[in-house]
Amino acid sequence: MSVKALYQYSAEPRDLQANFNGMQLVYLYWPNHLLFCSPFAFLASPEMSMGEFCEQVVRPAITAHPQAAGLDFGQAQWLLNNQPFSPAPALSLAQNGVAHKALLTLRAPGLDGIAGGAI
Amino acid sequence: MATKNKKLSLKDKYQYLTRDMAWEPSYQKKEDIFPYERFEGIKITDWDKWEDPFRLTMDAYWKYQAEKEKKLYAIFDAFAQNNGHQNISDARYVNALKLFLTGVSPLEYGAFQGYAKVGRHFSGAGARVACQMQSIDELRHVQTQLHAMSHYNKHFNGLHDFAHMHDRVWFLSVPKSFFDDARSAGPFEFLTAISFSFEYVLTNLLFVPFMSGAAYNGDMATVTFGFSAQSDEARHMTLGLEVIKFILEQHEDNVPIVQHWIDKWFWRGYRLLSLVSMMMDYMLPNKVMSWKDAWEVYYEQNGGALFKDLERYGIRPPKYQDVANDGKNHISHQLWSTFYQYSHATNFHTWLPSAAEMDWLSEQYPDTFDKYYRPRFEHWQKMQDKGERFYNNTLPQLCQVCQVPTLFTEHGDPTQLSLRTLEHEGERYHFCSDGCCDIFKYEPEKYIQSWLPVHQIYQGNCEGADVETVVSKYYHINIGQDNFDYVGSPDHQRWQAIKGNRPLGGDDDSRDAA
Repeated sequence: MSVKALYQYSAEPRDLQANFNGMQLVYLYWPNHLLFCSPFAFLASPEMSMGEFCEQVVRPAITAHPQAAGLDFGQAQWLLNNQPFSPAPALSLAQNGVAHKALLTLRAPGLDGIAGGAI
Repeated sequence: MATKNKKLSLKDKYQYLTRDMAWEPSYQKKEDIFPYERFEGIKITDWDKWEDPFRLTMDAYWKYQAEKEKKLYAIFDAFAQNNGHQNISDARYVNALKLFLTGVSPLEYGAFQGYAKVGRHFSGAGARVACQMQSIDELRHVQTQLHAMSHYNKHFNGLHDFAHMHDRVWFLSVPKSFFDDARSAGPFEFLTAISFSFEYVLTNLLFVPFMSGAAYNGDMATVTFGFSAQSDEARHMTLGLEVIKFILEQHEDNVPIVQHWIDKWFWRGYRLLSLVSMMMDYMLPNKVMSWKDAWEVYYEQNGGALFKDLERYGIRPPKYQDVANDGKNHISHQLWSTFYQYSHATNFHTWLPSAAEMDWLSEQYPDTFDKYYRPRFEHWQKMQDKGERFYNNTLPQLCQVCQVPTLFTEHGDPTQLSLRTLEHEGERYHFCSDGCCDIFKYEPEKYIQSWLPVHQIYQGNCEGADVETVVSKYYHINIGQDNFDYVGSPDHQRWQAIKGNRPLGGDDDSRDAA
């Protein structure tokens, strides 16, 4: 154990997937769009398809941004936990390897924030 | 031969009534009476080397504190009787008090409990006395802060349930987790974290912004609290200095342990103070100074001199201080942007800086404000003018350690977030920075248990599945009163009525706050 303690100390992680009632956490970072202060934290079903996740979860989250309407998820470059990633839209999050607490990073060609200013 | 009764000298009185009240145990083992002294690895060879940072006997302590209280509460009474809340610069200022009452006053309570505990567990009587007095000081600070702010609670929203909110509201887990981390550590780490790092190194970055902010904005109650607390704080600072010197001089094995704690608590303190940075730059109608200037004076200059002094013990300045020093140009703007967009879920209002305020920010931040931050405020102003005031309707990712949303940017590139991630025993964790990631790596068992507000909402533990229900039922934030933009809020309307600018709609009773 890494903590200094008077006895053998062990602890359980508070955010195990089992604690989320059949759902999972997914985070999404859209670089150069700092109107949104940080990555989004989503609660999603592991069985949801990647395509549905993009249209039904991500798009509503970013809709306030002027560049959201023009965003084509099919043309986007993705990272999954900082590694290059090519999601299959018809397959589920789980099947795509988007596990609990994964970080997705989304870059769409030509979309670098308002006036290219990263916001 | 009769002996004349002589009055004790102050030095003897102190010795007899504090140190000499202690004794060497003869029928219990010292390690059993003081079980927490060794487990952190700190070695104390000689408690007699402890130099009492201040020498007060309890009767002197009570006498001085009672005198201060009599004066202080007379001023609180006068403030209330004369409707002192009407003399502040602008009701926007009250939002700084809402942040203070929910974010800082509960930490004073945490300090009261923390010092009471360590005041029992050191085997050195001098250290116990100092900690016990600090414990009472901290409880006094809770009480005097509450009394300073209670009058505002009669006239403005958001102040009505501070203790409940501290334990539950998303952004208040930042200060709460800071103090819980310190109090769940051993006694020597607690003193390094709070007495040294917080009450000595970083104290001016909390105290000056709020107390000077009060002075510049006509808040007589808080100003008077500040003056009244200053002599307490002076004692706390001397304790912090004595603690660090004592531990480092006792044994060379203590040096690397203390260095690690200095690194950890500098970083945790810096992250906590980001809330204060936005208060200074965005929430005070009359500005005191910029966060950037405050950091330069109180950390880079004063802290720099301090760490120079500590070099002879083998202590170096805290890790990542270069990141913090660069961060002074950015964090206030990043924090205000965050609270602006999440203001539907806060107990205080937010608003966009005026043109004049943005010009002040340009002046204070010549290298960063116009380039990186003005554009977003101008964009949000356009949205607001169209009747589409921006609120972020999705929950943010939080840092596993400091629990702030992962909103900070890379040192060297303010357009990119400084996200960090790792896997530990099959689970993934996310951090705002190397500083927080390092803290996790050193003691993962502590932080895998972090009670992250966003995750707790998603687990269904916060009395609602949607933000609005959580905000009202779980947080006790009154929707349409405490939250949303300052402009048009009941506080704003009340202020306009107070200043005779525009009468409130409805009957005259609506002038008085419920």
